[in-house]
Amino acid sequence: MKKELIHLAAADGISGFEFSLTEAVKKLMKPYCDSVEADTMGNVIGHIPSENPTAKSVMLEAHIDGIGLMVSGISEEGFLSFVPVGGVDSAVLPGAEVWVYGNEQLFGVIGMKPPHLQTSGRDAAVPIDELVIDVGLSGEEVRNKVKVGDMVCFAESVKALSGKVLSGKSFDDRAGLISLLLCLKALKGKKLPFHLYVVAAVQEEVGLRGAAMVSERLAPDCAFVVDVCHGDTPDGGSESIFKLGSGAVISFGPNIHPYLSSLAKTVAKKEKIKVSYDADGGDTGTDAWAVQVAGMGIPVLLLSIPLRYMHTTVETLHFDDVKAVGDLLSAMLLNLDLEALGCTFQN
Amino acid sequence: MYLSELTALPGVSGNENAVRAYIKKRMEPLCDRIEIDSMGNMMCFKKGTGNTGKTLMLCAHMDEVGLIVSRITEEGFLKFKTVGGIDPRVLVSKRVLIGEEGLPGVIGRKAIHLLTPEERKKAPKVKELYVDFGAKNKKEAEKYVTVGDYIVFDSAYREFGDSLVKTKALDDRVGCGALMELAQEPCTWDICFAFTVQEETGLRGARLCARRVKPDLAVVLEGTTCSDIPGTNSNMVSTRLGGGAAISFVDGTTSFNRQLVSWLYRLGEENQIPVQYKQTATGGNDAGIIHVSAGGILVISISVPARYIHSPSSVISLQDYKAVKDLTKVLMQEVDYADNIENIM
Repeated sequence: MKKELIHLAAADGISGFEFSLTEAVKKLMKPYCDSVEADTMGNVIGHIPSENPTAKSVMLEAHIDGIGLMVSGISEEGFLSFVPVGGVDSAVLPGAEVWVYGNEQLFGVIGMKPPHLQTSGRDAAVPIDELVIDVGLSGEEVRNKVKVGDMVCFAESVKALSGKVLSGKSFDDRAGLISLLLCLKALKGKKLPFHLYVVAAVQEEVGLRGAAMVSERLAPDCAFVVDVCHGDTPDGGSESIFKLGSGAVISFGPNIHPYLSSLAKTVAKKEKIKVSYDADGGDTGTDAWAVQVAGMGIPVLLLSIPLRYMHTTVETLHFDDVKAVGDLLSAMLLNLDLEALGCTFQN
Repeated sequence: MYLSELTALPGVSGNENAVRAYIKKRMEPLCDRIEIDSMGNMMCFKKGTGNTGKTLMLCAHMDEVGLIVSRITEEGFLKFKTVGGIDPRVLVSKRVLIGEEGLPGVIGRKAIHLLTPEERKKAPKVKELYVDFGAKNKKEAEKYVTVGDYIVFDSAYREFGDSLVKTKALDDRVGCGALMELAQEPCTWDICFAFTVQEETGLRGARLCARRVKPDLAVVLEGTTCSDIPGTNSNMVSTRLGGGAAISFVDGTTSFNRQLVSWLYRLGEENQIPVQYKQTATGGNDAGIIHVSAGGILVISISVPARYIHSPSSVISLQDYKAVKDLTKVLMQEVDYADNIENIM
C-alpha cells in the first residue's frame, strides 16, 4: 500500500477538479468492493453489502481533494495570475513548481518580482496577488492554451526522507484513503453484520461539501472519518501536536460520538495498536463536522494521521501511522455493536 | 421550581447526559412519547386538545459552555480547550469540576508578581491557562482524568438582590425549566417539547429536531445577553434585567416574522405580562438553524435576559423568568393565530 500511497499523493486533483483522480480511486477500491460508483459531484463510493439486505450500514470516509490554485487572469506577456483553492499558505508559493491544466498540461514556475523591486519590503510576506505563474511561452501561445478557471496543481512527487518517513504534496487526505483501503484489505473475506460503504469524498478543503452530500444520501448508522492532524515540529508548540510514528490519533469532544471514541480506546488497548488522544471543543475542522449533522444525524468518529507541514508541497508523515489507523479501523469494525451504539443516549 | 437543580447539573456541549436524564424522568409522566436521536436531542411529544394536525415545537437547549481536557502535562496539570464561546478573561482563578466524577479543580495562571508589565496589560490566552486538581504528576493525574473529559464551572445557585439569581448555565437551563413547567399547559396543537444538544458549538442539535419534527411553528426559549450595566451605550443595551420576556425581531442568525413578533408583544401587553424587545441585532440561537430547516419553519424566540452570560456567574431576574413562562403559556393557548400568517416576512 506504500506504493499506492506514493502514486496517489503525487496525482493531481484539487478541490472541484477531482475528476482526474476518479478512475485511479475506483481502481484502488475495486478489489475490495462489490460495486464502485462515482456520483455527479465526483465522490467515489464503494459498497460491500452484508448478506442481510435489511442490515444497518457503516460508512468509512476520507477526502481525496487537495489544495491548489486556479488561473484567474493572463497578462499581456503571458504570465498567469491565480487564486488559491482551499487553505494555501502563500509563503510556500515563491519558487514552487506547478502543472497548469490548459488544453494541454503545461509546466510552470511561480515567480515573484526580485526583492529589490518589491513595494512591500523584504520583511513582509509576499501577497498572493504579487505572484505569477510563468509557463515560459509567449502571450499569444498562452492565450491559446490556457483560460481563466483552469486548474493548477503543485508539481511534486513523493520522496522518502528516511525509512518510512515520506514527504509529498497531497497526503492530506489521500493517506486517509490508503488507511481505509488497508482496513478493507484486513477485512477481506470476513463477514460483517452490516453494509459497508467506503467513500472517497470531494471538496473537503472548500467546505466539507462532498461528505455532507454523500452522508445525507447514504444515511449510514455510523461513520468513521479519517483525516490528518498536525505532526511535531520544533516550532509547533505542544497543543494538539503528535509525534510522527506515534500511531493513530483518536478524537474526543462534542463532534465525536462518545460510544465510538470509547470503543476506539478499548479496541486499541486490546489489540495493542499505538494511539494517542486529541480533544476539540467543537469543530474538528474535518468532514466529521459535516457528517455528524447530515440527514437525521450520524454518529461519527474521527481518526487522524499525524502530518508535518500540512497544506504545503512537502507534507510529511510516517507510514506506520497510516497503517495504525487502518489496523484500528478494521479491529473496530469487528467489535462494533450498532445496537449498543443506538442505545447510548436512551437512558 | 426546577431551575436550581437544573443549573447545578453538568452539561457541557457533547455531554448533556445528566441534564437529559433529569428532564426525561420528570417529562415521562407528562407526555405521550419521547424520542431521543443519535446525537442526544430529546423530543417529548404530547397530543393537542384540538384535532388540528398542527405541531408546535417548544425548544430549549440542554448544553452549556465549558471546557474539555486536551492534554495532561508532565507535572500533572490539565491543558484544556473551550467548548462554546467563552471569554478567556473570565476563566482565571475560577473553580471547576472535572469529568464524570466531578473532581474539584481550579483554573491557574502564574501570580501577578510573576507577570511582566506587558503580560499584565494583555488578556490571558486559553493556551496559557491550565486546570490544577492537585495531582502530583502526569502518572497520578492519568489515574483520574483522561483527554476528552469535560470540565464544568463550579458555581452555586444563589438568590440575591431583588429576586435575582446567580449561577452557571442559566443559558439555557431557564429554557429547559420553562418547558418542563409548561408541559401540562393546554394547547390546541400537538406539542413537541424539544430539548436540544450542542447549541453552543454552532446550533448543531436543533437542526436534527427541526428535520424530524417539521413543526408548523417553533418557539425557542433562551437566555439572552443583557448589557444594562454602566458604561454601555444605550443603543447597545440588548435587554434590561427585570424588563420582562425579551422578544427578538432580528438577531445575528434570524430575521423573525414581523407579524408574529408584533402579535406576541401584543399578547404580553393584553395579559399584563412584562415584555421587551431584544434591541440589538447580534447574537443568535437555535432559531437560526430551525427557520431554514425542513424547507422553512416559522420561528419565535422568547428570552430571559441574563447578565454575564457564558460566565460562571450569570445573573437573571426570576420575574423575567416568570414572564417568559407566562407569555409562552398564553402563546400555547392562542397558537391558532399562527395559522393566519400569510407570508414569511
